[in-house]
Amino acid sequence: MSSPGFKTYRPPVMEVSEEGDELLEVAMGPHHPSTHGVFRMDVALDGERVVKLKPVFGYLHRNHEKIAEKASYLASMPYTDRLDYFCSLTNNWAYALAVEKLAGLEVPERAEYIRVITAELTRIQNHASAIGFLMQEMGASGTPLMYAFREREKILDLFEELTGSRMMCNYMRFGGCRVELPVGWLNKVRVIVDGLPRFIDETEALLTGNEILMARSQGVGILKPDLAINAGVSGVMLRCTGVNYDIRKVDHYGIYDRFKFRVPLGDHGDIYDRYMLRVLEMRESVEILKQALKDVPAGPIMDPKSKIRGFRPKPGEAYGRIEAPKGELGFYLISDGSPNPYRYRVRPPSLINLTILEDMCLGQNVADVVLIFGSVDIVLGEVDR
Amino acid sequence: MKTAEELLAIIKAALPGAGVELVSNPSPSAQHSLLLGSSTAVAVASFLRDHDELALDYCSNATGVDWPGKEVTEKMKVTKLVEGVETVVEETVKRVEPGYLEAVYHLYSVKHAHREIAGPVVLRMRTANRTDQVQLPSLTPVWRSAEFQEREIFDLFGIVFTGHPDLRRILMWDEYEDHPMRRDYVDPDDYEYEPTPHDEVLKRAEAQKAGIRESGVTA
Amino acid sequence: MLGEGILKGLGETAKNFAGSFVSKERLTTVQYPEERIAPIENTRDFPFLVYDGAEDADEAAKLAGLRCVACQICEKECPPKCIYIVKSTDKKPDYVGKPQIYPARFDIDISVCMSCQICVEVCPFEAIKMDTEFELSTTDRFGGLLFDRDHLARSNQHYHKIHPTEAAEVDARLAEEKAKVEAKAKAAAEAAAAKAAAASAAPPVVKPAPAKEPGA
Repeated sequence: MSSPGFKTYRPPVMEVSEEGDELLEVAMGPHHPSTHGVFRMDVALDGERVVKLKPVFGYLHRNHEKIAEKASYLASMPYTDRLDYFCSLTNNWAYALAVEKLAGLEVPERAEYIRVITAELTRIQNHASAIGFLMQEMGASGTPLMYAFREREKILDLFEELTGSRMMCNYMRFGGCRVELPVGWLNKVRVIVDGLPRFIDETEALLTGNEILMARSQGVGILKPDLAINAGVSGVMLRCTGVNYDIRKVDHYGIYDRFKFRVPLGDHGDIYDRYMLRVLEMRESVEILKQALKDVPAGPIMDPKSKIRGFRPKPGEAYGRIEAPKGELGFYLISDGSPNPYRYRVRPPSLINLTILEDMCLGQNVADVVLIFGSVDIVLGEVDR
Repeated sequence: MKTAEELLAIIKAALPGAGVELVSNPSPSAQHSLLLGSSTAVAVASFLRDHDELALDYCSNATGVDWPGKEVTEKMKVTKLVEGVETVVEETVKRVEPGYLEAVYHLYSVKHAHREIAGPVVLRMRTANRTDQVQLPSLTPVWRSAEFQEREIFDLFGIVFTGHPDLRRILMWDEYEDHPMRRDYVDPDDYEYEPTPHDEVLKRAEAQKAGIRESGVTA
Repeated sequence: MLGEGILKGLGETAKNFAGSFVSKERLTTVQYPEERIAPIENTRDFPFLVYDGAEDADEAAKLAGLRCVACQICEKECPPKCIYIVKSTDKKPDYVGKPQIYPARFDIDISVCMSCQICVEVCPFEAIKMDTEFELSTTDRFGGLLFDRDHLARSNQHYHKIHPTEAAEVDARLAEEKAKVEAKAKAAAEAAAAKAAAASAAPPVVKPAPAKEPGA
């Protein structure tokens, strides 16, 4: 048991064979404006081209899984907000889904509709911010980012009315949702959803035909489908290679089967495809929202069998996953009959998507490394937990 | 999608010496798992990935679990010499069942994603004990997604994966010498200020206060 | 034409720039702290203890009206364990008049509290609710962020001001409880009075002593 101490900084250790050429070793991060958090990449460069890249993370490791072993099932719910802190409602849903599988709880219809509405709103604001951050790294000085944040503010105000908090929502419970919708909330959502297509059109007019964006992102950071499947890549990263795998369509969880929506797929697997996929997924989310908002049924929002205090699922284990905006977010729970989980595991999409970061960056310029990394769309809270 | 028993039958038919067993899951999720033996795990995994019908080409999750050893008290009938006569006596014997570390993998199929789903295929591998025999074969050559996740299991639990291309710590710093996710991990005692103490911290604070009161010395 | 996309994008930016002079929707900056936006009703920041009384009540009145009975359920369910309760040794009457223990110490460390509002959800006595105050910066990062019982106690009128609909519901529920208790007490009092009246009006009835039989 060594005590935590700060060692002096060591330069990155890379076993790179130098045959005549001198390779420059650069540590990009952890203090870096473009690394989406505290993240380090040890890069070995031959001039401007990347020869080797090793991602280093763990700067935000809070051992969330250990905290969950000491806390009860309900007490872990606010901690799941803090995993992917942009999308707290989808994190809550994934955890609630895993516990519902473990304990055999059923969710009433009204709660399922509320879950879909909040999840799709979360997806829209996440993709808008992801595009904004990617443009920021490309040098657009925050203009698309601030336009995205304008829409995001409206959605966060909706979340504050519903759950009490803009980002750390803590709204889903095992067997339903925590609190009933406030009066007039659905109408507010309808007004905002009606304004969203105009925002997406404006974003596309600003960015899609932009020659600078196309020159910098087309053909850069190409990912092949076989490698993507084998490396467990999920979400937009997987679909940009052309693989038709969206967990909403594959696992049929929740009530997604009732809504007609398409799954956009990419052709080339480069950064431009990922940008276009995020825009198209925002449009599809608007479609789902329009359909869901039409007929939200009345009824209870919690399973009558579920308990808030003294919740003890029977011994066993369960793995539940959803299509979070960043990819496949899964929770693996082992219960031994006590009020605390025996083993609680988060399957983080951002961490698994980083497996092939090196493969995508080899041979590219170091300036493109920042773009490729930005297009993976990670959040350090999820990578490190 | 096949059930766990059908999978077991397919594996036994194709690889007879595989040493695979079924571990059932009592919860309503009904996600039963297959326990693989260490020597044949890579062969079974490759078979599952390359099989036409199963095509389990997507390793979604790889994680570790710590099962510490437990003391078992048993009553056994023993023949002993009692006052010169051989009698059968009942004795309570205590023995310690060694714990083990476990690696669990959840697999899905992307090639056949749009068939009817029935939950993931769960594989397990167990080490012999928690102290010195903690090696397991790495499944990274089969599924690349296990690369970072096996590094995390090594970092947080201590399972050494043989055959992993780059096994070093991933979340903790490289010189760290403990495995934080084990059940017997003790937090370092570095509290600066604890105004709302509970559980062990409260016990320690009260013991310290009592110690000061007894000896009359304040820190 | 090369550059068409860039020009189109510049047109968008110009539309937003010009629009920010004429339409409120394009100009979204709020000059905080001189300007503030209206707070949303359901927002939650840090907990406070509710007492039934006037807003400027003194310490004794605050304690007398405090709804908390120190059941310690919020302390057990709090995820980061930021609540610290010490029960009192004596009792005080609650809003229906029943004697209950009260918290001698109720500390919340708001540097640890993560505003998850699970304490509010599990409290059976409507005693702890979420406040909306967020400008709590202080230069004392240890004691300044540890709120004790008197700091946390805010009146029910304050609760009505910050969360009107919720407070109305809570008041309705508590009034219903009180009415039920009072109705039960009235019924018990009436039954006792009737029994006493019947006992004084009827002549005393001598009950024969049960005969003791050997071996019975």
